[in-house]
Amino acid sequence: MNTQATAGSAQNAAPASHHQARTQLYWLLAAVVVALGLPYVSNDYWVSIGTRAAIYWVLISGLNLVVGFAGQLAIGYVALLTIGAYTTSVLTAGKVFDPISVWFALPIASVMGAIFGVIVGLPALRLRTFYFAMTTLGFATIVTQIALAWQNVTGGGIGIPGPEMPAPFDDNLGFYYLCLGLAAICTWLTANIARSRFGSGLIAVRDAEVAAEACGISKSRLLIPVFILAGALAAFSGGLFAGLQTYITPDAFTFELSLLFFISILIGGRGSIYGPMIGTIILVILPEIAAPLAAWSTFLYAFLLLVIVLAMPGGIAVLLDFNNRRPLAKHRTVAPQTSLLAALNPQHSAQKILGLQDIVLSFGSVRAIDGVSLDVQPGKIHGLIGPNGSGKTTTLNVISGYYSPSEGHLTLGQEPLPPGLPHLRAGRGIARTFQTPRIVGEISVLENVMIGGATAGKANFLQSLLALPEERRERQALKTKALALLHVVGLGSLADIRTDRLQHSELRFIEIARALMISPEFLMLDEPAAGLSSDEINKLGALIKAISACGTGVLLVEHHVDLIFEICDDVTVLNLGKILAAGTPDEIRAHKEVVNAYLGG
Amino acid sequence: MFASILAAGLAAGAIYALVGITYNTMYSTSRVMSFTAGQLGMLGGVFGSYFILKLGLPIIVGFLATLVCCAILGYITEIVAVRPVLKSLEQHLYVLSTLALALMIQQVTAIEWGTEPRPFPKLVGWGEGVWDEKFWIPVVACALTIIGLEFLYRRTLVGRAFVAVAEDNFAAQALGLPERNLRVASYMLAAVVGGIAGFSGGELLLAFFANGALLNFYGFVPVALGGLGNNRGAVIGGLILGLFQQAANFLVGGIFASVAVFTLFIVVLLAAPQGLFGSAVARRV
Repeated sequence: MNTQATAGSAQNAAPASHHQARTQLYWLLAAVVVALGLPYVSNDYWVSIGTRAAIYWVLISGLNLVVGFAGQLAIGYVALLTIGAYTTSVLTAGKVFDPISVWFALPIASVMGAIFGVIVGLPALRLRTFYFAMTTLGFATIVTQIALAWQNVTGGGIGIPGPEMPAPFDDNLGFYYLCLGLAAICTWLTANIARSRFGSGLIAVRDAEVAAEACGISKSRLLIPVFILAGALAAFSGGLFAGLQTYITPDAFTFELSLLFFISILIGGRGSIYGPMIGTIILVILPEIAAPLAAWSTFLYAFLLLVIVLAMPGGIAVLLDFNNRRPLAKHRTVAPQTSLLAALNPQHSAQKILGLQDIVLSFGSVRAIDGVSLDVQPGKIHGLIGPNGSGKTTTLNVISGYYSPSEGHLTLGQEPLPPGLPHLRAGRGIARTFQTPRIVGEISVLENVMIGGATAGKANFLQSLLALPEERRERQALKTKALALLHVVGLGSLADIRTDRLQHSELRFIEIARALMISPEFLMLDEPAAGLSSDEINKLGALIKAISACGTGVLLVEHHVDLIFEICDDVTVLNLGKILAAGTPDEIRAHKEVVNAYLGG
Repeated sequence: MFASILAAGLAAGAIYALVGITYNTMYSTSRVMSFTAGQLGMLGGVFGSYFILKLGLPIIVGFLATLVCCAILGYITEIVAVRPVLKSLEQHLYVLSTLALALMIQQVTAIEWGTEPRPFPKLVGWGEGVWDEKFWIPVVACALTIIGLEFLYRRTLVGRAFVAVAEDNFAAQALGLPERNLRVASYMLAAVVGGIAGFSGGELLLAFFANGALLNFYGFVPVALGGLGNNRGAVIGGLILGLFQQAANFLVGGIFASVAVFTLFIVVLLAAPQGLFGSAVARRV
């Protein structure tokens, strides 16, 4: 049954993605033909423009991961280009040591770029986007100042000659093909990262940071390798840039260049590889065909940026996304296939209990949780109910590690569960959903579910960068499981659809599928029935029962008491942060204070 | 030398502090950090030079005209770059929209005013050496601005409404405060402070289009040091920055002064993300 459904769905989903892949392939082939043929249909001038576009793309492809995928606003990347250009030129000219070959100088420049890429990126790991934007801007300012002032090395305002390329790359044509080849390699490398768990993880951190943490994604572990890669590519590009310029002065590295890099990505669209590539080409060509506007090019770029931000936040990538143009079926119903779950979710044998003992948490002088103890048993459904503000969601947040309780402790089996550290919960088999679904709108439903399997990812950054077989196998396994889980929750037919096109109730089921990716020992659901129709609530109830039947302990926060009383094995009632009552559904239903305070007569 | 460091450091620090207050004033009513803050500082110098040296207006008239022009730009900032993105769920859009506007301002200045630094008029003519007016005017301007703002916030109804909106936007709206008008007013007020920064620092920094980017960064450092929205922190942070920078400048030379400031900035950000004097922490879940 299980395999049948998976196969059937693969067929459903396949034509759309195949069709898209084929269109992309055609475009790519056309681009390659145009790029290779350019020297034969035009003059040297256009070849040099083509070379410049290719060199810029080497930088932008890496920056795209930082800006387009991770959503970090790196506006001063010209600084890393400058570092790369000067390092390469200084080393090949023998300004500091004996002159070395450009083939050694370029990798050394890349290492420099990688180091500074991380240093400049450090604030991004902890602080809001504006700080990172500022750090890169400040860095860009001081690097130019240093290039100007450090005269005995950089030549100051007079400058130094760029590296000379050895044959056969020493003429325009050879250099053009070299840069083109490198640009193609960079496209391949960064597309590999984009497709891997690193790419989807970056997008998850960008658009749903809290949910990403709950799925076990660590922001710094994702961002640091990306900063290294982007920095290295930027500096490498700088070395080539110096080769193109033949002579470099600080004037060559204007902030306008930074802006060009940055805006290319935004025009292209976030989370895309081809969009920014087209953006780069457009922005490089634009001043050439509108020569009278050359002096105003910064103004033009800035104006474009404003227009994009205000009118077209999706960029070119949205125009290219043919797959999501077709209308979705109206009046869709979610039809979970709970019978499929048992085969996917191995029966949990360890009989661990998730326990809270005398938890106290205060916000200022308000005791949001005031001495709460409860046990979530494996294979059972534990309901947590109470009026608004009674501390239900806060209790979940304590278990997930978003808040550290001031008193009391958490245990998982025999071991204490350390307070805080939300990104380590998934690794311990604890998954959750959120009161307002925290889903990434710009990626497909399937990709959203795959994010839930982040802790299963073993392939490292290098393996992902080169798309080694191990990484591909891992990704395929993740995809298969995610698709199967989508069928379990009843959304298999929507796997390839961009998530922001779905309706609210469907998002709730996506969150459950995402949480099931780790085959959790404990699953916490925060008001999963809110906004669902009564039919959907019944289906949700059956789904939750099927999940607990696999041995998963479920902690269910809900206001629909009918659902609670129907499916729960134990119920805890909170009021003003304290436990008002605890027991079986029947006991709670008859509990006088609960009836008075919450259920109503 | 010590006196020179002190004079130059306090003067530069006062300018940075004023730009920091510009950031904070915009931030307080909109939760937006605007890249136009530094550009307003730059324009304070450029407009001052334009009105007084080029058009030959009396100093006081030139000063007022400068502030009016800056206030208009503050108004434009709110309308063009802030209001449209406030409703958006994407928190970072304001970074891009204000950056775009800031760059447009800078480019227009570069083309219309020129890319060479131009002189700024002598304003008073008192003092020489370390007591030169280019050093003490920014400090006095900063002190007067702080006193003026304190008076506004504590003693006037409009000022209290600002504080209310800054403290809790929704509660202030529920009380019937005209939140949108207050936001516009705060952008104009911020722009005036930015204009004062540039005008008072004109003799030190000259009327130069590239000052905008410089002040954007050096004006943000005090905000990062002092905590977002914390004016007292911005003043202390600005003065510390100015003294640190000028000390490094005199002791180890210009390039390393920039490196030192940048390093200080990164270290403080990593060690004390909320700034040395604290600011409100947003709830995440």
